[in-house]
Amino acid sequence: MPNAPLLRQRLAALFLAGLLLWFSPLLDRLEEAGTWLGVPVLYLYLYGVWALLIAAAAWLVIHRRD
Amino acid sequence: MIDVATGTIRAPLVVAITLGYLGLLFAIAWWADRRAARGRSISARPTVYALSLAVYCTAWTFYGSVGRAASDGIGFLPIYLGPTLIVLLWGSLLVKMVRVSKAQRITSIADFIASRYGKSQALAGLVAVIAVIGVVPYISLQLKAIAQSVGILLRYPQPQAPDPTAMPLWHDTAFLIAVLLAVFTILFGTRQLDASERHEGLVTAIAFESIVKLGAFLTVGAVMTAWLLGLIPGPEPTAVVAESTPVLLEPPLPPFQDWVAISVLAGLAVMLLPRQFQVAVVEADNEAQIRRAIWLFPLYLFLINLFVVPIAYAGLLTFAGSDIERDSFVLTLPIAFDRPWLALLVYVGGLSAASGMVIVEGIALATMVSNDLVLPVLLRHWPARAQRADIGRLLLSVRRLAIVVILLLGYLYFRIAGEAYALVGIGLISFAAVAQFAPAVIGGLYWRGGTRDGAIAGLLAGFTVWIYTLLLPSFAKSGWLPIAFQDSGIFGIEALRAQALFGLEGWHEVTHCLFWSLTANVGTFVLVSALRGPTAIEAAQASAFVDALRQHGPTAMPLWRGSAEVTELMRLISRFLGSARTAEAFAAHANARGLTSAKELPADAKTVELAENLLSGAIGGASARALVASVTQEESLGLEEVIEILDEASQVRAYSRQLEQKSHALEAATAELKAANLRLRELDRLKDDFMSSVTHELRTPLSAIRAFSEILYDDPEIELGERKRFLGILVSETERLSRLVNQVLDLAKLESGHADWQLEPLDLEPVIGQAINATEQLLRSRGIRMTRDLPLTPMEVLGDRDRLIQVMVNLLSNAAKVVPSSGGCIHIQVGRTDSSIRVCVNDNGPGIPADEREAIFEKFHQAASGGEKPVGTGLGLPICRRIIEHLAGRIWAEPPASGPGARVCFELPALAAHDR
Repeated sequence: MPNAPLLRQRLAALFLAGLLLWFSPLLDRLEEAGTWLGVPVLYLYLYGVWALLIAAAAWLVIHRRD
Repeated sequence: MIDVATGTIRAPLVVAITLGYLGLLFAIAWWADRRAARGRSISARPTVYALSLAVYCTAWTFYGSVGRAASDGIGFLPIYLGPTLIVLLWGSLLVKMVRVSKAQRITSIADFIASRYGKSQALAGLVAVIAVIGVVPYISLQLKAIAQSVGILLRYPQPQAPDPTAMPLWHDTAFLIAVLLAVFTILFGTRQLDASERHEGLVTAIAFESIVKLGAFLTVGAVMTAWLLGLIPGPEPTAVVAESTPVLLEPPLPPFQDWVAISVLAGLAVMLLPRQFQVAVVEADNEAQIRRAIWLFPLYLFLINLFVVPIAYAGLLTFAGSDIERDSFVLTLPIAFDRPWLALLVYVGGLSAASGMVIVEGIALATMVSNDLVLPVLLRHWPARAQRADIGRLLLSVRRLAIVVILLLGYLYFRIAGEAYALVGIGLISFAAVAQFAPAVIGGLYWRGGTRDGAIAGLLAGFTVWIYTLLLPSFAKSGWLPIAFQDSGIFGIEALRAQALFGLEGWHEVTHCLFWSLTANVGTFVLVSALRGPTAIEAAQASAFVDALRQHGPTAMPLWRGSAEVTELMRLISRFLGSARTAEAFAAHANARGLTSAKELPADAKTVELAENLLSGAIGGASARALVASVTQEESLGLEEVIEILDEASQVRAYSRQLEQKSHALEAATAELKAANLRLRELDRLKDDFMSSVTHELRTPLSAIRAFSEILYDDPEIELGERKRFLGILVSETERLSRLVNQVLDLAKLESGHADWQLEPLDLEPVIGQAINATEQLLRSRGIRMTRDLPLTPMEVLGDRDRLIQVMVNLLSNAAKVVPSSGGCIHIQVGRTDSSIRVCVNDNGPGIPADEREAIFEKFHQAASGGEKPVGTGLGLPICRRIIEHLAGRIWAEPPASGPGARVCFELPALAAHDR
């Protein structure tokens, strides 16, 4: 793992981003945000952040030699 | 069979599918074991590892997520969000755990914690007890899920659950499944005594189960979503929809502290549950697996949660007003939709989720029970039996028995608890139990100060609080205990109310328990650790764990002093591992130390460490240490000595790092020197070539001059005409000679940088004009037509007038030499771009072959023009190049735009208006 410390730092940054996006008090506002195309915005937000985190982690791990 | 006439699924079909599926698992495990034996491991692949981690998703996920979603909206999500986040830290956290575990041959989470705190048997036993109490009910939940799903299937086409307790024992699917899973676990989980070795077949089968459950869940999710979107027909939604769906359509966020607490709990459980530790650490093979898992495992969690809400919504629409359990929506929906094969697929998915959990949990718990509970008791109370020669086989039997007992315990608890709350809510209760390992494990990986006493006290405190605030209340809610202690506190003390400890009210019971138990756990751990400093072995192990990422491989300093005999050690080990494997391991060790056989091994710290390490893989670090101590006389090392050794080790590491850096620097310097040497040699070669070319070129005219002079000297009778011709040759050869000498001198001057340069802004037009004048005689004598194409604007460059004329004359005379004797023509073309002026000389001679265009600028290179004797000295163009390059321009040859001939161009930076 030549770039292991760097990869660890990037993933840790992603971890903090996830904390902020999922566990901030701002989440309360989405509760009232209603629906979009019949789906509550809260679901879209939680699952959307989830997909983004996974995609970012995959990108970081796969392109770690760059 | 699915009976079309009566519309039922018959029991034999369910039995056949169940047995068929389990048979398939056996086949896959057997096949993977065979492949691994041939050195082509399946389970070492990163994807298989990531899939095996999905044993995290049990029947509780498969059936329970939809139930939770239907009851309280998004409350199920934190159980998967927490792991997704914690996995992002695995690059450090899990890699550390895996490295230590591989170096110390750790077999279970109990072994891991015990090893960290000085290989304490008491600590290992405590962890094993907590794990068994916390997790066995969770096994019951899986068996219950299987039994319930069979019951529901057999009621097809009625989407109802029968009373599972009403069935006789031998018709009880849960019991049969438990027995079959015990057989599977024993066959593929207890092949060898060394529990630190990987279980290839088992892990591959688990990965396969993960695919099956995900596939089944996605299928039913897709069907339900299609129905919700109106794409496929289904039952009419019931009328009383409005009151049950708001929880899904306007999902309320759980209270913030619950949202966080459940996430933390799940994030810890995904590493600390015995089965998760088993697949993530013990079964790990390489770090590429962990890197893949960092994104693939969360992706799995994401996918298996994708359709939870649509299925819950479909269930609420379909079953509103009926008493169908929400936990069974996943299975009852296909039945209500009259899709028997989909129902069977869901059943298989649930079976795979439940069986995977039971198998891995079974092997993990059995390893702990046999190594950390049974073996210490055996050694202490039946020392005679422990002296048996083949205690290894005895221990393996104990482990197999433990599997059977654990699974039967799970079954019994399921029969006793039934529908009681103590079983239904066990998922999070279980998580909270194993969360008690977190301070000892994570603290132990990053904090050197923790001691054995601190870890034991912390675990006991946390576990006690867990029992009091979560386990006992769940018993009370099941009606097994008086509820009084919960309502009014133990002994009637208000502050001790079980789920409102010290007045902390209004929190979810799990959040409440997590807060108080971890507070008690961490507080006690830190406080008791601070009472006394670490002992020698604790300090040594702390260093091995905390510095796991700094050192590669097991390079921990062996910390042992005393007297031992190698034969004694070998006898001890062979009782567990068998004599063949023992001899093999010692011989390999001797080999690695440069000795020819195990007999020559000194009984020193390294050998004792090897013995302990070998035993650790079989019976755990704590028992291994105790056993090795029983055949050696160890002198206790003082803490100061240990710290000295550890310091030494870290100094050695620092020195070796410095050495490494220095050797890198040396390597770099060597490479530079080599390159410089190569360059010098090349220059030397060029100089030699130059010298030999020069002498060769000088000799040709000299020998001509000499030959003709000799003729003239020897023969005074030569005719006047002839004599004149010879003298003409003499004159022209002398001229050529002096031209050559001049050019060599010129080039030497240019190359050495001693040339005089008269740099001034000058217009190129007069320069070209002068050059044409200088060569006019030559051109006219050969009948060459000369054309030029000059721009009207002045072409100012910074240059040396004489030198530029020299360049032009050279190019023109070169061109004049090669054009055909009749109809030769030369064309001068001058153009300017924004920043430079380009002068090209075109001729209609034979042209320059592509591969020579660069070479003609080398010294003494002369374009071979059709085998004729080359004309010129071969120094003209090199001199031109020197001059042009000195003036910051470039010179090159290129093919002409059209037609035959050659084209040589040079380019000089134009003087901008303000430079003038």
